[in-house]
Amino acid sequence: MNTVKLMIVAVGGQGNILAARMIGEAALAADVPVRMSEFHGMAQRGGVVESMVLLGEGKSYCIADGDTDVLIAFEPSETIRAAKKCTAGSMVITNISQVPPYTVALGKAQYPDVKAAVKLLSGRVKKLIAFDATSLAVNAGSVLSLNMVMLGALVQSKAVPLSPDLFYKTIREKTKKAFVDVNLKAFESGMKAAGN
Amino acid sequence: MHLLLKDNIDEQMLLLGNEAIARGALEAGLSFAAAYPGTPSSEIAFQFFQISRESDLYFEYSANEKVALEVAAGAAMCGLRTMVTMKHVGLNVASDALMTLAYTGIAGSLVLVVADDPFMFSSQNEQDSRYYGKLSGLPMLEPSTVAEAKEMTRYAFDLSEDLKLPVLLRTTTRINHSSGVVTLGPLIKRKTTGVFKKDPFNYVCIPAVSRNLHPKLLEKIEKARDIADNISWNRIEGSGRRGIVCSGVSYGYVSDAVKDLGGEDGFKILRIGFSHPFPEKMVLQFIEGCEKVLVVEEGEPFLEEAVGNCAQKVGLTLPIKGKGKGLFSRLYEYDPALVKRVIAEYFNCSFKQSHPIRVDDLPEAPPRPPNLCAGCPHRATYVAVREVFGDDAIYPTDIGCYTLGLLPPLNMGDFLIAMGAGIGTAGGFARATGRKVVSFIGDSTFFHSGLSPLASAVFNNHEFTVVILDNGTTAMTGHQPHPGADIEHLGLPNTRISIETAVKGLGVEKVLTVNPLKHRKMMEAIKELADYKGVSVLIARAPCPLNERSFPGYKKNRPFQIKPEKCRNHRDCVNKVACPAFYLENDRVFIDTNRCEGCAFCVQFCPENAILPVTPENRRES
Repeated sequence: MNTVKLMIVAVGGQGNILAARMIGEAALAADVPVRMSEFHGMAQRGGVVESMVLLGEGKSYCIADGDTDVLIAFEPSETIRAAKKCTAGSMVITNISQVPPYTVALGKAQYPDVKAAVKLLSGRVKKLIAFDATSLAVNAGSVLSLNMVMLGALVQSKAVPLSPDLFYKTIREKTKKAFVDVNLKAFESGMKAAGN
Repeated sequence: MHLLLKDNIDEQMLLLGNEAIARGALEAGLSFAAAYPGTPSSEIAFQFFQISRESDLYFEYSANEKVALEVAAGAAMCGLRTMVTMKHVGLNVASDALMTLAYTGIAGSLVLVVADDPFMFSSQNEQDSRYYGKLSGLPMLEPSTVAEAKEMTRYAFDLSEDLKLPVLLRTTTRINHSSGVVTLGPLIKRKTTGVFKKDPFNYVCIPAVSRNLHPKLLEKIEKARDIADNISWNRIEGSGRRGIVCSGVSYGYVSDAVKDLGGEDGFKILRIGFSHPFPEKMVLQFIEGCEKVLVVEEGEPFLEEAVGNCAQKVGLTLPIKGKGKGLFSRLYEYDPALVKRVIAEYFNCSFKQSHPIRVDDLPEAPPRPPNLCAGCPHRATYVAVREVFGDDAIYPTDIGCYTLGLLPPLNMGDFLIAMGAGIGTAGGFARATGRKVVSFIGDSTFFHSGLSPLASAVFNNHEFTVVILDNGTTAMTGHQPHPGADIEHLGLPNTRISIETAVKGLGVEKVLTVNPLKHRKMMEAIKELADYKGVSVLIARAPCPLNERSFPGYKKNRPFQIKPEKCRNHRDCVNKVACPAFYLENDRVFIDTNRCEGCAFCVQFCPENAILPVTPENRRES
């Protein structure tokens, strides 16, 4: 198989690392070679979290600018920040619910016009899926299940050679017992959202 | 049971690089480990900390990296299999002990993991620790993948035992914080006690002894070089006249690039995994027959110089390049696209460059810098010190979460270089300028390297104030214990050292302890120390709100909200305190009750008393 390069960007606390780990575990279960790297710097203190997941043969652990097959963004201003990772052939899956950094919250910086940015971006990449994943997570039972919503959308997009069943199993086995039901519900709602 | 104690041989697991290293050590029969935490190495020690609580593995968080190395060296002298882990700058601290430990050698085994941080994701510099191999004479191993990190770690113990030398395992962030599939090997039963055979004329490094030990070290280096020349960690792949020498994560980029360039036939790759002593014979064998050689390594031209030296010794004049204009940089991390481009240009092959989409016309993403958390007591300390001294004082600072006090509107931090240097430099600033100097240091950093500079300052009659930001934990790296931390809630014995007693014991006569969240008391204390002649210490003590959540019986404080009808938009809260729980909406200030920790610090700033606790009756839906 060709290497599939996924990049996940999020804000600290949105569950980026666990999402990447789910993809990694699903890949391992399916015998798909997988390499990942994560950058969380000072994430607990409000910073950006970045994960890279590379599926298929190869030896690199990271992805250069213009070399991402799928960009999954848990927050729309982070979609903009990571856009340079994309190429004309990329797929972008983005949440549109905002988490303004404190620089914006305190009026020291401007939050971008996300709608305009998404429109511009969608004309430049192969496919762009934008939806309010945070609301879906809340409806599934917890805002913390946002990462599962995004995973659902990813699987539905067929951008990775990993089946929904594989993810159901991985979510059941690898996420905390108390959250499994919510996580599965969130995952399904993400699939549905990306299917529309 | 801890995940890394699984005894399912041949099971495949997805592990973080740092977990793979820990597993490798366990498979080698590690029985004694010590560390001071530091990104990107911290998760290795964390695995050992957890495992030590359910097995007979001994692990300790030592006060600093030098102590960690020394305590492990003591155990290694008694025949145990030992490991110490640290970040690159931690090895600077430990290096004094390491240089001479190389002379004595060890009886058991000692593997020192040093984690470099190219690009400085979370470090103050991007020094290349490979030079420590050369400087100390010790063998150095460098894994290129997560799976290899485990295998190499296991091997490092055998090598250490064989050579009777400490072995350096050098990683970079992109190995430590990458994950990959690892195949489990068998776990060996640990040997947890040892015997020390006295041998003072080989172990007590007075000049007469060391004069005998240095030649012995040189002999060991030649033995190690022989191993490096024949071990499969150093290997040649492919054949052709285009030679590429590489190590660490760069090997992955090179391997993928060569495949991508479709020229696997024309390229020959030498992957160096055992990088010191340098495998000269193997390198010579490699470069003979090459028309030109490219060296791909992040950081300094360590391999490049070594390859050049090899060629020079036998009179080979082929081009050997790595760093330079149009080639690789000594700065930051590399990535696959960069490596592919340089290889293609250097060897004149055509290649498909990746084309990022146009982004210059997208609206700008707002900066998202890390920030002191909501409820962080450090913010309260900085606000109070700034209220008293403003920009008149000089503020040397130190390494930890509190370094974030640098950011506006706090602007607290004028000089930062190394652990403990906040206190060390303070005396210089004060003497040279005659100005008020207030130096900041965290509790963990204070025990790491604040004690000696404080003693020195008292002895030398300096005049400045040290603020010890005591949040009861090593917060920045993930809440590890330290000698001043209470760890009883972890079920560990209370061996906590009082900072007050330590400071007074070092001769500081003026010591005050205040909870910085009580603003008026804090202001009084700072004013009391403002004109003190001599060294004064203010201990600002309040727990880290993130750490507090793990305490038994933890209950979140009631959050606060702003009563709109009382708020007259002075914005002292936003402009002075700048807690990330505040936000503006339609030009009015509000508090995100989900983020508010209920510390009540901002309450003390509002001139209208408009910040009130949330009650079930008055909760404002945001």
